[in-house]
Amino acid sequence: MSLLDFARGPAITVALAVFCLGVLWRLISLLGLPRAKDRSMRRAGASSDFANAIGGFVRHLWVPKGIGLTSRFAMINGYVFHLGLAVIVFGFAQHILFLRGLFGVGWPGLPTSIITLAGVVTLASLIAALVRRATNPVLKLISTFNDYFSWLVTTLPVLTGLLAVAHLGGPYETLLALHILSVAALLIWFPFGKLMHAVLVFVTRAETGISYGRRGVKI
Amino acid sequence: MTIDIKAATRSFLAQTEEHLVSYLEACVHCGQCADACLFYRTSGDPRHTPAYKLFPLARAYRQQKWPLNWFACKITEGDLLEWEDLIFDTCTMCGRCTEVCPMGIDIASIVGQARKAWADAGLGPRDLMAAAENSRDHGSPLGLTQEKLVDRVEWLADDDEVDMPLDKPGAEVMLTVSSIEAMKYPKSLSAMAKILNHAGVNWTFSTHGYESTNFGFLAGRSDIAATMLGRIVDAAEQAGVKTVVIPECGHAYGVMRWSGANILGRPLPFEVLHITEYIARLKREGKLKLKPYADPFTYHDPCQVSRRGGAAADARYILDGFATGFKEMTPTAELNWCCGGGGGVQAMERAADLRHKAFKIKIDQVEATGTGRLVSACANCRLTMDESKTYWNWGGALESLVEIVADHLEDV
Ligand code: SF4
Ligand code: SF4
Repeated sequence: MSLLDFARGPAITVALAVFCLGVLWRLISLLGLPRAKDRSMRRAGASSDFANAIGGFVRHLWVPKGIGLTSRFAMINGYVFHLGLAVIVFGFAQHILFLRGLFGVGWPGLPTSIITLAGVVTLASLIAALVRRATNPVLKLISTFNDYFSWLVTTLPVLTGLLAVAHLGGPYETLLALHILSVAALLIWFPFGKLMHAVLVFVTRAETGISYGRRGVKI
Repeated sequence: MTIDIKAATRSFLAQTEEHLVSYLEACVHCGQCADACLFYRTSGDPRHTPAYKLFPLARAYRQQKWPLNWFACKITEGDLLEWEDLIFDTCTMCGRCTEVCPMGIDIASIVGQARKAWADAGLGPRDLMAAAENSRDHGSPLGLTQEKLVDRVEWLADDDEVDMPLDKPGAEVMLTVSSIEAMKYPKSLSAMAKILNHAGVNWTFSTHGYESTNFGFLAGRSDIAATMLGRIVDAAEQAGVKTVVIPECGHAYGVMRWSGANILGRPLPFEVLHITEYIARLKREGKLKLKPYADPFTYHDPCQVSRRGGAAADARYILDGFATGFKEMTPTAELNWCCGGGGGVQAMERAADLRHKAFKIKIDQVEATGTGRLVSACANCRLTMDESKTYWNWGGALESLVEIVADHLEDV
């Protein structure tokens, strides 16, 4: 079995299984925990919990003016690599083929030049995020192994993907195999580290939206 | 002193309730919350970053959850000692950090939960713990015993020529007090009485449940929190009142209005209103006739009433059309900066230096309005600001919203 066969076959299959079961387990074990019922009387005229949950999600997409944002750069940079990753994952023709293999639905891809540009921008943005994490005193203090490792497994697929597309640094087949293996690493790490925030963000923002909303807090 | 690490861990784990755990698991360590916190902003010390304050809880949680525990280190006595000042002295539970957090994590409520673990371990600032125990043993953190209350009320009623009923049968509204007002700003009590009398409200104080500040809650002493709440709830139930009014005190309002039913485990059989909400209601019902007031001033929102209470609009409604010299500071309402003394920080001697320094933010805000007068609706804020004003030798004036309203009632 060649490296590419291994990557395409058992590696990615196992990774997908760990990803799905892991995320499911984290969610079930979280949402299955006892939930304290809020017995306080809602403010008259407060919106429904559902509306407040959506409101909480939308509200935390940005930062209110005057609150004291630590770094506007970091906020924008965060958006840059999140959107960049989304464009690459869902816009690149080869990725769409892979996703169609999984889910049976496909959609038209973006031109490779745009994907490459997105890849370069995302990589630069991720590097900027790392530099900031490693140098800013606040971030240095609050960063753990989880943060650096999650950064690594996010960045490697972007880097190896760019190299593969550009046929840089080795035979294409090896580059592609490394790319797929790096994605497998990301999928396996996802449920156990902070990448889970991609799922949890819906839970926490909604819950804060609900508890503030029933109090009638207007922000 | 022995530190009961087992009790602390038990207490951490007893609280692994869904929303707390979601919050602990969701932090992406982005550090955006740092500058929203008045303590970090003042000290520049990375330890004061809100997210960092949650580390021991996250650790305690992870060490018992498979397979996250593969990567978790154990929580130690050293951790508890090292984090004590972060959980108590440098968090007023003001909730500002939540507003900038991309994950919307409610750090203030987690700090509130964490305090229980510290208290169970036998830790926490001595003076805060003493305030809680005094409340339990003597009815109030500041020595406002039943006799003292009766004494004060009779004296004020006499001095200010205002009717201040105690244990009046058949009253519909029960007014509570904050001992900070009763002991340091007693005129606040007669001011509330004047307003309620002016509006023709059938109200009373109760000698059985009067102290609405809840240092049990702030100290992480759940038992004392429940005792303090129970006194007011029992008194209100016995008197059969429909409404309990919380005086100018932010945390008293937050605890009774939003946590009370949850701590006691049953819905409260009466409505709870902050005095500003109640005055706004009287105004809405046309029961408040005010003489115009033109002096320039700005308004300081108590965090627990506005950002965490949802009642920011009521103070504005009271001022609207009455106080023509009112000017908002920036930021304001739900985005206000904390006075520095919330969350029991006011009662911690060793925390005083940093909170005084943090008050500079407020001074600058007031100066920028050009009004030179700072009005609030929280006696705890007022006391904090009074002390910090002395520290800075600041020339600004401090006043109470309720007292201003009471001083401008039209004669009926
Ligand atoms: S609740 Fe307020 S004081 Fe506490 S960490 Fe957040 S911003 Fe700082
Ligand atoms: S802003 Fe929120 S997610 Fe970011 S470090 Fe602070 S608590 Fe964690």
